[in-house]
Amino acid sequence: MSASRYRIVQSSAASRVAATLGLIVLAALVLAPYWAGRSDLRLLGEILLYLSLASLWNLLAGYAGLVSVGQQAFVGLGGYALFGLTIFGGLNPIVAVLAAGVIGGLVAMPVAALIFRLRGAYFAIGTWVMAEVFRLVAAQVSALGGGSGTSLPTAVVQSIADGRDAREATSYWLALAMAVLVLAVIYAVLRSRKGLALTAIRDNELAARSLGIDIWRTKFTIYVIVGALTAAVGALIFLQKLRISPDAAFSVNDWTAFVIFIVVIGGIGTVEGPIIGVIVFFLLRETLADLGTTYLIILGTFAIGVMLLAPKGLWGMVRARSDIQLFALRRKVVAKLKD
Amino acid sequence: MATILQLDQVSKAFGAVTVADGLSYQLQSGEALGVIGPNGAGKTSMFNLITGTMSPDSGRIVLAGEDITRMSAARRCRAGIARSFQVPQPFGGMTVFENAMVAATQGADLSLRAAERHCLQILEQTQLIAKANVPAGKLTLLERKRLELTRALCAKPKLLLLDEIAGGLTEGECIALVETIKAVHAGGMTIIWIEHVVHALLSVVDRLVVIDFGRKVADGEPQQIMASQQVQEIYLGIDANG
Repeated sequence: MSASRYRIVQSSAASRVAATLGLIVLAALVLAPYWAGRSDLRLLGEILLYLSLASLWNLLAGYAGLVSVGQQAFVGLGGYALFGLTIFGGLNPIVAVLAAGVIGGLVAMPVAALIFRLRGAYFAIGTWVMAEVFRLVAAQVSALGGGSGTSLPTAVVQSIADGRDAREATSYWLALAMAVLVLAVIYAVLRSRKGLALTAIRDNELAARSLGIDIWRTKFTIYVIVGALTAAVGALIFLQKLRISPDAAFSVNDWTAFVIFIVVIGGIGTVEGPIIGVIVFFLLRETLADLGTTYLIILGTFAIGVMLLAPKGLWGMVRARSDIQLFALRRKVVAKLKD
Repeated sequence: MATILQLDQVSKAFGAVTVADGLSYQLQSGEALGVIGPNGAGKTSMFNLITGTMSPDSGRIVLAGEDITRMSAARRCRAGIARSFQVPQPFGGMTVFENAMVAATQGADLSLRAAERHCLQILEQTQLIAKANVPAGKLTLLERKRLELTRALCAKPKLLLLDEIAGGLTEGECIALVETIKAVHAGGMTIIWIEHVVHALLSVVDRLVVIDFGRKVADGEPQQIMASQQVQEIYLGIDANG
């Protein structure tokens, strides 16, 4: 066949270098409990959980076009599932994190069926309303402290690991494992046939439909996957915090506004964007944390600046100048050498 | 030859505007049907009705014996209908090759490996292989039209719908495109082609349908139809009684 004159290459020099560097960083992160102090370890764990949330929101909004401002519904749901399952179900906390993920996925199904009837801005508001409903329901659960919340009982905390250092290391490693899992799932989805469908939907829904893509089902699948993983991340967040309340669990600021900031700054609709965004966000936060309210003003100004000067985010700015990519997603056609 | 497509009294109106008015015809497998008619006659609407991006008020559409009138656009593509859009609808952030891969993996339901082989083959056939790695958003208008054809072919259709694919091309480009479409047709593909560039159309199709105000006003052998008074009236504004 004449087609044999060409072949497909998926990796590039940049993606191979990035993969190698990624493995080195990962090795360093795995060993972090041995080289980082307690507060640094907590910060690293928080960064990893925010990386997970941002990457998931990016898959949802940047690829599936589902601009949700209610993902705190699943963070809170996961957190409350962890507390409920460990306190009343007697489950091991680590098992409870997995179970929270399953619950998140199951709850996402009817939620999707309901809010997928809404479009654009109405969809966004709908997700937020849904999250508020979740918060109000959580406040009614008097066994978990109602509106004022509750702490994880000592017995449960001790069952994570013996001693405070071991416990903090375990919860850090769980956060690291979660971030790796989230990135791996996103990478696998985007490389698959489903990923092609998803990217097509991102670019043009009319053409996607006409080429055989069931848009509703594709979006539904992504919404459920993201719901499940977001709930598992939520469980880990509150496993670190050891205390939960409706306002903290379903905070639109903490679990959605900051996450959107990260994705928009980094570059929406790219796998690299949330990684860059999370680094920038924490650099800003850690250097400006002492400024109080001024910190939020600077954050907002920075976001506006990026949106005006680089609407596709920092990574989008890089992509506009070269077709570099750190994750080997692109299929490149190259001519075979004559043999 | 088997009937591949049947339109049976298909009608569609938006308020006072009728885009399809009791439209009926049958298409045999392997046929190449040309469709002409004035702007706004309902030609593209007919494609929208066949592909399922628009649903008829009444009537039936049958593909290879199966009633597809209520089937979604996505399922119709998987059942074997692919189209090119008059106004190109590329996946702008994806490369030309990835655009083709979407059609091959979703519309034709091929595995990634099989899709890669199929797309390379089609890209060579449509002479877009040199642009394979270019983001579709950066293509010129002519390349976008060729991408429309490529993508439709990558979906491995039984029925190929082409919507004004030759419009705006230079003479040389038009000849090259006609050769490609001829080759596709020679391979046994059933084609419906809407085109204003009549000489390009007539060099490929073996039957012609004329549509005006959503109605089929003529159907038959292309040369006869073109010579008929009815077409002269509609197309050239010649008054038959004048």
